[in-house]
Amino acid sequence: MTRSERKRLRSGIGFTSLWIVGLAAFTAYPVVASLYYSFCDYSILKSPVWCGLENYHQLVRDDLFWKSLRNTLFYAGLSVPLGTVVALGLAVLLNCEVRGRSIYRLLFFMPSIVPAVASAMLWLWIFNGEYGLMNGFLNPILAPFGLHAPTWLADPAWSKPALVIMSLWGTGNAMVIYLAGLQNVPGELYDAAAIDGASAWQRFCHVTLPVIAPVVAFNAIMAIISAMQLFAQAYIMSEAANGNGNASDGNPARSTLFYTIYLFSTAFQDLRMGYASAMAYILFLVTALLTWMAARLSRSRHGDAI
Amino acid sequence: MPRMTRRAFRLLPVLLAVALTAPAGGQEPQGQPRVHVTYWEKWVSFEAQAMQQVIDAFNRSQDRITVDYYSTSLVDRKTLVATAGGDPPDVAGLNAQNVATFADAGVIQPLDDFIRGDGTSDKEWLARYYPIYARICSHGGHVYAGISTPAVMALYWNKTLFREAGLDPDRPPRTLAEFNDYSRRLTKRDPKTGRLTQVGFLPQDPGWWPWIFCRWFGGSLFDGRRITFATDPRNVAAFEWIQSFTKFYGLEDVKLLSSEFGPWASPAAPFFTGKIAMVFQGVFYDNYIRQYKPGLDYGVGPWPEAVPGVRDFAMAEADVLTIPVGARHPREAWAFIKYINSCNPNARTRGELRGAELLDYLQVKASPLQVWSPFFAEHNPHPHIDIMRRLSASPDAVCIPDLGIWQEYFREVISAFDRVRLLDATPEEALGYSQARLEKSWDRYRRSLERHGQWSALGEVAP
Repeated sequence: MTRSERKRLRSGIGFTSLWIVGLAAFTAYPVVASLYYSFCDYSILKSPVWCGLENYHQLVRDDLFWKSLRNTLFYAGLSVPLGTVVALGLAVLLNCEVRGRSIYRLLFFMPSIVPAVASAMLWLWIFNGEYGLMNGFLNPILAPFGLHAPTWLADPAWSKPALVIMSLWGTGNAMVIYLAGLQNVPGELYDAAAIDGASAWQRFCHVTLPVIAPVVAFNAIMAIISAMQLFAQAYIMSEAANGNGNASDGNPARSTLFYTIYLFSTAFQDLRMGYASAMAYILFLVTALLTWMAARLSRSRHGDAI
Repeated sequence: MPRMTRRAFRLLPVLLAVALTAPAGGQEPQGQPRVHVTYWEKWVSFEAQAMQQVIDAFNRSQDRITVDYYSTSLVDRKTLVATAGGDPPDVAGLNAQNVATFADAGVIQPLDDFIRGDGTSDKEWLARYYPIYARICSHGGHVYAGISTPAVMALYWNKTLFREAGLDPDRPPRTLAEFNDYSRRLTKRDPKTGRLTQVGFLPQDPGWWPWIFCRWFGGSLFDGRRITFATDPRNVAAFEWIQSFTKFYGLEDVKLLSSEFGPWASPAAPFFTGKIAMVFQGVFYDNYIRQYKPGLDYGVGPWPEAVPGVRDFAMAEADVLTIPVGARHPREAWAFIKYINSCNPNARTRGELRGAELLDYLQVKASPLQVWSPFFAEHNPHPHIDIMRRLSASPDAVCIPDLGIWQEYFREVISAFDRVRLLDATPEEALGYSQARLEKSWDRYRRSLERHGQWSALGEVAP
């Protein structure tokens, strides 16, 4: 390294030093510390006591840990593919040359900038079993068959599907990214496919999808990470819909006890920070595994997608 | 830089120093500066306004301490984090269920030394409260809290619905059998659809304290050494009773009716809309009736007799005042807590009310103290103060068990309650499952206290 390069390096480090200090203090240190605490009996204000793998042993035998993981995977398993299909479908439609296209784009994007708490309160009313918009629409259809629409958030069988439906409300972000990807598909590929006699569906499957595969993979990975961290909406809605003053147990009957909610109640209600740290690391590993699988799947189908 | 600007620039540090050292608002008196005590409390609205008036009275009553009130949402979590960060408030307004957990975790400090410093013993200090509130303030043989506002639960019934059902509106059910009978007679269905339009009672409304049904049936949750949630047959009987309501009404019908319920503190609350005729609610409920359903014709009475001979069963809760570990002004905080937990027993006018009585008068609640002044007793604005006082003093009043794992225990009770009322499990199955989990939690908690050298100091835990 020459003298001028060293000087430039020093300047660079100087200019980024604030960020480096912030990263070290507020990200790197907590990440490393929580790994240490995951091997400790630690309750925030008392000194951590090393307990080896005890927290991890207890986790494996904790049926609520498995239940919360199952609930989360159920939600992710439904919301990620469904969200991908809806966002991509909307993007394809909004990529068509129609009058007022920018207005439609704005309208479909707007819900994704509504704060989580506000949208949760809105969906609480939509899912109200008696007065809600959803059942106002479903009940007239089901009534001739002697059926009644579910009570959604008050019913353990329907509370998770309700949250999956609600997750579609926030597909605007993914839709915008798909839209950008669709606009990068070269027009000549469509022209060549049309000359070869490909139908619209064939053009979509054999031209559009392969070209935007990296975008799909990126969105899917972001959606998996986001679904594994589901917290605010479930926390607010389970409490408000069932109203027993205990949002941190996934009401009703633990049907919406998602992983992060269980982690939160373990850390901040039971003050078991060591156990919660172990849970956080398991969540990290599960999310990393799913992300790796999604990236690998994408690569095997479409080459080096991301 | 022009000369004027340079001069102004040099003056900046001087101005800053003056601004930082000057007393806020210029209201500090000459002489000894007042100590500012930071007080975090969960209340907003009229409860906060009432507390602010009491704080003003305290600030006026002496010239050494100024209490600064801060409305703080999620006050328990924020206190925990602030204490861990070394910058807690001087006084934290927590809930009764935080006391044992926070005491064991080292978040709040015992008040024993302050009490002894005043020349009294813990026993003498606690004697001022009704026994049930004295228990709420204590954990493991130490005093950890003072009461800010007490809450005792009673039976509320809708007199109009009683009349419509042919029941005497001035005679609430006195026994469990009567309660069950009234509940059935107060149930109505739509003649066309058969759907429920009104029920006499629904255990999940408000659903905040499902454990109380165990205690009402004479059961215990902890015997001092072991968890007894599933092993006490009276608890199982209580959960069978809970399930009987769903079986009687029909699960789908209950779900449909429940989906019409608005939040408990709103005009759409089921008791206010006449969808539920009887609820168990706290002393604070009258305030909400006045706010959301003025003119509602209702009565308040004791819990019906579920265990023969127990006539004044009641459940007590409280908001408590605590001093976090590391508080900057613990002595001054204690002076404030002491003020809030005392009264002027000779008060004959509104202006002579002090401390607990002033706060409870303004919040329209009962006092946790055994001695009531003539004015507070005779001119109390609460329309049912006599029954609330009777229940507070009852030897059969119960509160949550003094357990550091109460938050976990509570979640297990809620889970079992949900499974039973939704017919997802029999009471034996649901309670058995929770019992197994809680036994593990209690063993783990004990082990953790032993590791930190706290178990021997904790002493016998009261059931």
